[in-house]
Amino acid sequence: MKVRLQNLTKRYPNRNRKIHEDVIAVSDFTFEIPDGMLIGLLGPSGCGKSTTLNLICGLEKPTEGKIFFGEDDVTDLPPENRGVGLVFQNYALYPHLTVLQNILFPLQNLKGEKKLSKEAMLEKATAAAKLVQIEALLERKPSELSGGQQQRVAIARALVKMPRVLLLDEPLSNLDARLRLQTREEIRRIQRETGITTVFVTHDQEEAMSISDMIVVMKAGVLQQIGKPQTVYDDPVNLFVAKFLGTPPINIFSGRVRGGTLYVGEDAVLKVSGAEDREVWVGIRPEGFIPREDGPLRCALRAVEVMGRDTSVVGAHGAFAGETLRAIISAENRVDESSAEVRFALRPNKLFLFDKVSEARIPFTAV
Amino acid sequence: MKSSGFKAWLYLLPAIAFLGVFMVYPLIDVFIYSFEEGYNSASQTVFGVGWFNYSYVLHDPYFLQAVKNTLILVIITVPLSTGIALLISVGLNSIRPLKELYQTVYFLPYVTNTLAVGLVFMILFKKTSYTDGMVNLLINAFGGSSVDFIDGPYWAKMFVMCFYTIWVVMPFKILILTGALASVDQTYYNAARVDGTGKWRIFTRITLPMISPMIFYLIITGFIGAFKAYSDEVALFGTNLNAAGMNTIVGYVYDMLYGDSGGYPSYASAAALILFAIVLTITCINLLVSKKKVIY
Repeated sequence: MKVRLQNLTKRYPNRNRKIHEDVIAVSDFTFEIPDGMLIGLLGPSGCGKSTTLNLICGLEKPTEGKIFFGEDDVTDLPPENRGVGLVFQNYALYPHLTVLQNILFPLQNLKGEKKLSKEAMLEKATAAAKLVQIEALLERKPSELSGGQQQRVAIARALVKMPRVLLLDEPLSNLDARLRLQTREEIRRIQRETGITTVFVTHDQEEAMSISDMIVVMKAGVLQQIGKPQTVYDDPVNLFVAKFLGTPPINIFSGRVRGGTLYVGEDAVLKVSGAEDREVWVGIRPEGFIPREDGPLRCALRAVEVMGRDTSVVGAHGAFAGETLRAIISAENRVDESSAEVRFALRPNKLFLFDKVSEARIPFTAV
Repeated sequence: MKSSGFKAWLYLLPAIAFLGVFMVYPLIDVFIYSFEEGYNSASQTVFGVGWFNYSYVLHDPYFLQAVKNTLILVIITVPLSTGIALLISVGLNSIRPLKELYQTVYFLPYVTNTLAVGLVFMILFKKTSYTDGMVNLLINAFGGSSVDFIDGPYWAKMFVMCFYTIWVVMPFKILILTGALASVDQTYYNAARVDGTGKWRIFTRITLPMISPMIFYLIITGFIGAFKAYSDEVALFGTNLNAAGMNTIVGYVYDMLYGDSGGYPSYASAAALILFAIVLTITCINLLVSKKKVIY
């Protein structure tokens, strides 16, 4: 099912009564989620991603704008009539019911012509349990399950009615690191098998990048960029998106364009065309550095961390504007640990320029 | 090890001493009294040992009346007060404006003196030569004839007694239940909403199980409290409860000890132990039922 948000806006009255201005959680969202895709809503805490999810779900009413599932306008429909399944961050499994009863719960709510016979309900619940591989746990109580198993039960409960859209709120945040890797593959698999359009919320860019077909990057209620993970990574629209995606994070330098040359501090690092003379932020991905003895970017060498396949070089530079300057280089490129300085050549396609004030991306061509 | 064991006992000593002197010893004493026939506290003499005290109490029409009154009171007030308190709590929990005000209002009876409240009920229900009482005025307004609720027929007096008891025990139950309701995680309700669960089903399948430990607590303490009812009856019907036919088991015990017919600690002890046996039985039944119904 295709999901389309049109000028979606959600405002809350300010808690502080002295301030009459509303809090804008979601501001003028317009985007379309193609049928059968797995979408990651990505942004830092408090950026409105959970609100967006609740709006799609129907737990909250938008202040303005419309939501379409396919061609149906579902803006004013309650959740149960939208055909959505929601997996809560803390799973919200009913603790007094067994796993089976939890999965059956949504089916038992069906009324009228949708009402199912007991056998049909049991069949559907078992099928959902099989899909998430928890058939052996049906008689247990949620408290007797591990975090990962509870997660699966929650997904089974959300899927048992075969919703048109599956929503997951921070599905991996309550799991430990190892389980997280496993579960995200699991979510990917379940989504592939069912083909249900799935939206999940996360603040972890790695999580979003690894399994999403498309990611939606948000900041303070405003949509920043939407696209394939690799596209957004390779082609960020602004400094925020560039900084938010990628581990280790992008390295930001203060720089300027002068007469067709890009300077980082005093180092003339790149000949550029298409960018007028101005002060800029220079963002260089960690993999954009190539150690070379005659390289234009001169950094003080702080440490070399060998991580097997790659080598991480921690350096320092006068114009660096972040916390740790980190370059990832392949293991063949040896860096002399004893030397005080390391020089880098830069890959132009891993280097982005941003306006100092608006932080928008400045297009340029390397010459 | 030995010295730490000694220290532990040393720390426990004050509590053990107080409990021993003021609880354990009197309890054992009551037990002994109940089997000592014709015990006289002035002369400290006893005729003999046996079941006579129990036999006397169980054949005393006043005691039987008291047991009947107490049982009726318990059976009517415990379920009703818990049920109504649950309704009010659910209502309180679902309103937003003036919630605090209502909570305060509902809690007022709890901090009001029993006897003062009893007086108010007298004004509401009592028939005097000047007025028939507020409730009778209402009954008259709807075309009924006056009933003497305080000195009249048994059912009328029982009605006032139950009404009063329910009204007095309600605030505490409301307090506990609103607290329990508020502590139910909101995401369960959101989850239920996403699945389109009906209001009644949410209440019976989610809310009730979630607060069942608190309901159970209220039922157990409610039973025990109602079995021990006495002061409320005095507030309504005066100290001569036997004459009013509205005595309770605890009232009977008190009368046997200090009332006009007082001075019979043996009978009082026997009656107290019979009450203890009843309460113990009911509580055990409650615990057994709760094992099946209460989810912790």
